Amino acid sequence: MNTTEMLQPPPAMTSRLDGELMEVSMGPQHPSTHGVFRMNVALDGEMVVKLKPVFGYLHRNHEKIGENTSYLGSMPYTDRLDYFCSMTNNWAYALSVEKLAGIEVPERAEYLRVILAELTRLQNHASLLGFLLSDMGAWGTPLMYAFREREKILDLFESLSGSRMMCDYMRFGGCRVDAGPDWMERAKKIVDLFPKFLDEFEKLILSNEIVIMRTQEVGKLSAELAINAGMTGPMLRACGVNYDIRKVDGYGFYPRFKFRVPLGEHGDCYDRLMMRALEMHESVGILKQAMEQIPAGPVMNPKVKIRAFRPPVGEAYGRIEGPKGELGFYLISDGGTNPYRYRVRPPSFINLTVLEDLCLGHTVADVMVILGSVDIVLGEVDR
Amino acid sequence: MTMESLEQIKTRVEAAVPGAKIDIIPNPGPAQQSSLLIDNEHAAAVAKFLRDDSALRLDFCSNATGVDWLDRTVKKTVKVKKIVDGEEKEIDETTEEFFPGYLEAVYHLYSMTHKHGPVIIRMRTADRAENARLPSLTPVYRSAEFQEREIFDLYGVRFDGHPDLRRILMWDEFVDYPMRKDYREPDDYEYEPTPHDDVLEKAKMHYSARPQLDGAENITAQS
Amino acid sequence: MSDQIDGGLRSELQRQGIWVTSMEELYNWGRKNSIWPLQFGLACCAIEMIATAASRYDIARFGGEVFRPSPRQADLMIVAGTVTKKMAPQIVRLYNQMPDPKYVISMGACAISGGPFKQGYNVLKGIDRYIPVDVYIPGCPPRPEALLHAFMELQRKIDSQKLTGNAKAEHLDPMQPSEFPVPAFGAHDLEPAANPRLFQPPKIERS
Repeated sequence: MNTTEMLQPPPAMTSRLDGELMEVSMGPQHPSTHGVFRMNVALDGEMVVKLKPVFGYLHRNHEKIGENTSYLGSMPYTDRLDYFCSMTNNWAYALSVEKLAGIEVPERAEYLRVILAELTRLQNHASLLGFLLSDMGAWGTPLMYAFREREKILDLFESLSGSRMMCDYMRFGGCRVDAGPDWMERAKKIVDLFPKFLDEFEKLILSNEIVIMRTQEVGKLSAELAINAGMTGPMLRACGVNYDIRKVDGYGFYPRFKFRVPLGEHGDCYDRLMMRALEMHESVGILKQAMEQIPAGPVMNPKVKIRAFRPPVGEAYGRIEGPKGELGFYLISDGGTNPYRYRVRPPSFINLTVLEDLCLGHTVADVMVILGSVDIVLGEVDR
Repeated sequence: MTMESLEQIKTRVEAAVPGAKIDIIPNPGPAQQSSLLIDNEHAAAVAKFLRDDSALRLDFCSNATGVDWLDRTVKKTVKVKKIVDGEEKEIDETTEEFFPGYLEAVYHLYSMTHKHGPVIIRMRTADRAENARLPSLTPVYRSAEFQEREIFDLYGVRFDGHPDLRRILMWDEFVDYPMRKDYREPDDYEYEPTPHDDVLEKAKMHYSARPQLDGAENITAQS
Repeated sequence: MSDQIDGGLRSELQRQGIWVTSMEELYNWGRKNSIWPLQFGLACCAIEMIATAASRYDIARFGGEVFRPSPRQADLMIVAGTVTKKMAPQIVRLYNQMPDPKYVISMGACAISGGPFKQGYNVLKGIDRYIPVDVYIPGCPPRPEALLHAFMELQRKIDSQKLTGNAKAEHLDPMQPSEFPVPAFGAHDLEPAANPRLFQPPKIERS
């Protein structure tokens, strides 16, 4: 019996309990929902026949607060959106404000942004793989390995910005402080050693028989549905759709770097998992090029007054390829110091649109694997 | 690949969808992301055209959101030359222009096939009460499903044709629409040691009228 | 009682291989070194809580690594992150489901007072409006070291709890409530907005 056959549920199982559905509320306190996510699941035996996500348990009014705060004041709040990736959140917000006000960014600042965003991608994907394997029952060990690497990158963030997680590092028109040569040396060392961790991790996990059996052919998503439902990031590319905003929009000097966009074929959990592993390899490549090419110079545009900042009347939508997908900010300015409308386009919230489609017909144990492979962070889902 | 201009899109949509009325809303800012205002009656047909047209193929609705515009009056002072007492004088004349408010839904569309975008479409409704209705674009773009629910939850816009329109972020018993500009949040700033700015205003509001905490003894544990 | 025995005699006996202790000391020693936290994260602080449990900071050194997914098996609730009004009833319910003795660490600015999100209409301005808190840790988010410090403070508290007498620990007093009313979802806010038995805000005179 090959793997695919073993994974098919016996045909009698799904219909044996006609009419006797069990409703289970998973969450908001559940060890595998990555926070306070809740799903109401209707089960026929062990099969999922209906699934409704329930949001809002971490709805902390990010957008309302953003409309009552100055443009600069919202920057630290963006750290707390997707609290794994404060650097990319900063960048998306800074990019949108720069579009709104037509601000140029110095070259060195753009390079620093690329370096920090790719480091963020590394630690986000590593932690995601650790969490996903925890959800599958590999309790502890992979997460420990992932967090060991994550701590090294957080050390870099801390020495640059002063905070491990909530970096608040970028400003519209550049970056807050410059990275010194010794910081760059340390970062280079960590990046050089990262492929070793990746190889080790892949050897340990990605060819593991249990991982393959639990993820292959589980939670398949078609490319058509993925596009129509607004999937972005690794979730979309696992279905074979070549859409990476780093390539499409070419923001932040990404066109200067050589990197490939990994694409999946089946759109199942295994492909989504592999997307993360392969993207980490590409990120290491980008990091090496960026650290080599980074020019000297200022890191802030001196013309920008970030305090009492008043962009001209208008609106702008800026987006970047965050580790979880397209992270966008939609800002409307009425000429005042606060944005009139401040909207976050959260990738993990929209990636959950298809959660029910992915889970139908799978067992309740697979729901956790599917949810883990979507890669959500509740700070961003509920905002 | 460069996309055709909004004027061209407008002409082609109006030709393809009979009766559709489209206005271009210019964006004065440096971002230059102007948008198309679509009449509510034909919105679904227009969106379907934008999605399926081979030159546009805007198959990816990235972002859907609401905006609340309150009624506002803009005062303009213009110097006018007038003849007063047979003499020509320059007089400041103040005109007040009234803009009625509306609730707005904004969609950002991109094309994954042709890798262009964004095309921004907007829909408006002047009603703020029970009949604040807009057509749902969820049948055309599945990605709008949760985002339209969010607009309903936070702005109180009802989307006709949405498969499952319920509150999404707030609890079901909640009655207000908190992202509207005229929303007043509950007064729970009993203890604010160092209030400033807006928070100070709220704290002052609070100290004039203390909320009654009494009565809590009467409720029982529900676990 | 161990404080009734002479310290010199005690160490002399220890040198001879005889260990003298009291029931209270032994009981508290066991309790404080096997605190099982509830595996329950709310927001950003939860990631720092995971980091505390992970390889570098290793909360296992203090006997706190056994994170229980069920409140029925947990001793300690670490309220790690922003408590929203939608979540607050569930937290009170989870607290009520925990068996006595139970402790609460309020981790981070949000759990203490609403923190940076205090202006939010859906944010509870401090979990101590509904349940009693033993240790507060400031920070946004607090570093793993801060959580370890709070953990040690809690161990100190457990160590000093009396089993008998008038000053005995609260959980041994049958008159003290171990469950608290769960707030209900109202039309504009939670009802009630705070538990007045637990939360009495200081009165500030302001013009």
